[in-house]
Amino acid sequence: MKKRTFHNPVGVGKFTGLWLISPFILGFSVFTLYPFLSSFLLGMTDIHGDFTGPSNYIDVLTSRSFRSAAMVTMRYTLILVPLKLIVSLLTAVLLNQRAKGMGLFRTAFYIPSILGSNLAIVIMWQFLFTTDGLVNQCLRLIGISPVSWYGDSGNALFIIILLRLWEFGSAMVIFLNALRDIPAEYYEAAKVDGCGSVRAFFSITLPMLRDVIFLNLVLQTISAMQEFSAPYMITGGGPMGSTETVGMLIYDEMFRYGDTGYANAVSWSLFVLITAAVLLLFKITGKLREENR
Amino acid sequence: MKKFFMYLTLAAGALIMLYPLLWLIGGSFKSNEEIYSSVWFMPGRFDFSVYVNAWKTVTPFSMGHYFLNAFSIILPKIFFTLISSVLTAYGFARFDFPGRKFFFALLMGAMFMPAIVTVMPLYLMWGSIGALDSYVPLTVPSLFAVEGTFVFMLIQFFRGIPREFDEAARIDGCNTLQALFYVIIPCTRPVLVSISVFTFLWTMNDFLTPLIMISSVEKYPLSLLLRLSADSTGDGYELCKLLAMSVLGLLPSITVFAIAQKKFVGGITAGGLSG
Repeated sequence: MKKRTFHNPVGVGKFTGLWLISPFILGFSVFTLYPFLSSFLLGMTDIHGDFTGPSNYIDVLTSRSFRSAAMVTMRYTLILVPLKLIVSLLTAVLLNQRAKGMGLFRTAFYIPSILGSNLAIVIMWQFLFTTDGLVNQCLRLIGISPVSWYGDSGNALFIIILLRLWEFGSAMVIFLNALRDIPAEYYEAAKVDGCGSVRAFFSITLPMLRDVIFLNLVLQTISAMQEFSAPYMITGGGPMGSTETVGMLIYDEMFRYGDTGYANAVSWSLFVLITAAVLLLFKITGKLREENR
Repeated sequence: MKKFFMYLTLAAGALIMLYPLLWLIGGSFKSNEEIYSSVWFMPGRFDFSVYVNAWKTVTPFSMGHYFLNAFSIILPKIFFTLISSVLTAYGFARFDFPGRKFFFALLMGAMFMPAIVTVMPLYLMWGSIGALDSYVPLTVPSLFAVEGTFVFMLIQFFRGIPREFDEAARIDGCNTLQALFYVIIPCTRPVLVSISVFTFLWTMNDFLTPLIMISSVEKYPLSLLLRLSADSTGDGYELCKLLAMSVLGLLPSITVFAIAQKKFVGGITAGGLSG
């Protein structure tokens, strides 16, 4: 076997780099790997901490509460993520033009994503959707009858979806940076060939952004599937469990009912769900991402 | 004409985005009746006594106490994050060592690890060494480069700095760490600023970790204080006080954002960072 040579500056041994990244190695072991494995094992204990084997995991898979929470989380993710990607991409395209005042607009669209997960904003959001809150008042102004946001199990989830959609700025910034890297010549050449701006969007912009769209898709899916603080503060999981996400279920099992084992079994199941979702995204977008390479 | 419509769309969008914030600030001066009867954000009159009340909070401590709490979490965290991320990124960007590819894969993988899976074992771990209800669980992990995003961003940036720079420093007699401190770090200042700003904002926004780790009202960070205030707000309560507290709770983030605004929206976000 050929011995590997290490390319380092003169006088630097092969372990210098390892020393430098040692904080990361230690941190990864203690704060990521250990809890990850330990969560799996904790999932096999009962409420007194005694080992019970996989019974919690079987409970999770067969219980109504997990199935319902998983459905809520899926519904939430499937509605929120595509909406957020479309809105952030279109806004980024609009903002990417060379025109006066774009910097100001960029800031305006970005601010909600910076402040959005702050609890102050979550509290404010709660009051926007009350019976006589700002949203219903606005609906009334344009002649739509007010909506019962909290009373209806179909609507309550939309309070949270709208909050997270309002924070599309973070995805938008990633798109804006990628758009800036597309050479302007492409668009000029397309224009010479008589290609309109809509066509240019579909034939140049979208294919060029393929990787970034995928990155945003994965990042947004992972964070949406973990949603906890907004339903916790705004709806408390109600009405009738219609906003009880898996994240909420984990918290409730752990800190309300004190069932560490079950809570960990749920959180591991969520990890499996998230991994499955990401793998699925890789799979279904695989062809699209590989085209024209 | 086309331009006009573009501006119109953007302006309408910006209005929708920012109006809730205006409504929040205006609402802090309004009576409940005013809040629920008018969509216009401007209050009829400005009465700052509500802010005096909000400053007192619903706890025995004043808002100032909670600002101090927030800062005593954030400042060590920024300091720890900068040191550990810079060292780790320097190792990855400039040196070759056994297992380099493997550890880089771990760094990337950890970025996709859902926090909700790790938070409970960490709670039990901190509990077993008696560190719960202190700022240790909130700050100490930052000493170990736990934010892969920042490390990744720094690696990208370090790679853009010509290797000749640190080679020259070595010829002049610098060792590995001196080359980092005297040559690389001075070039990296803008990235370090944005890492600090993001650490600040993310820490202000963090809710799950303090909710689980901190239990005494005295040690609450701002987010938990706001939750407490919201929970103790029953029906018929004057909403303006809660809204005023929310405005106060947003002040640190807004101030930092305003100062760093240029860097945010300018080129520095190129590392792919986002709120």
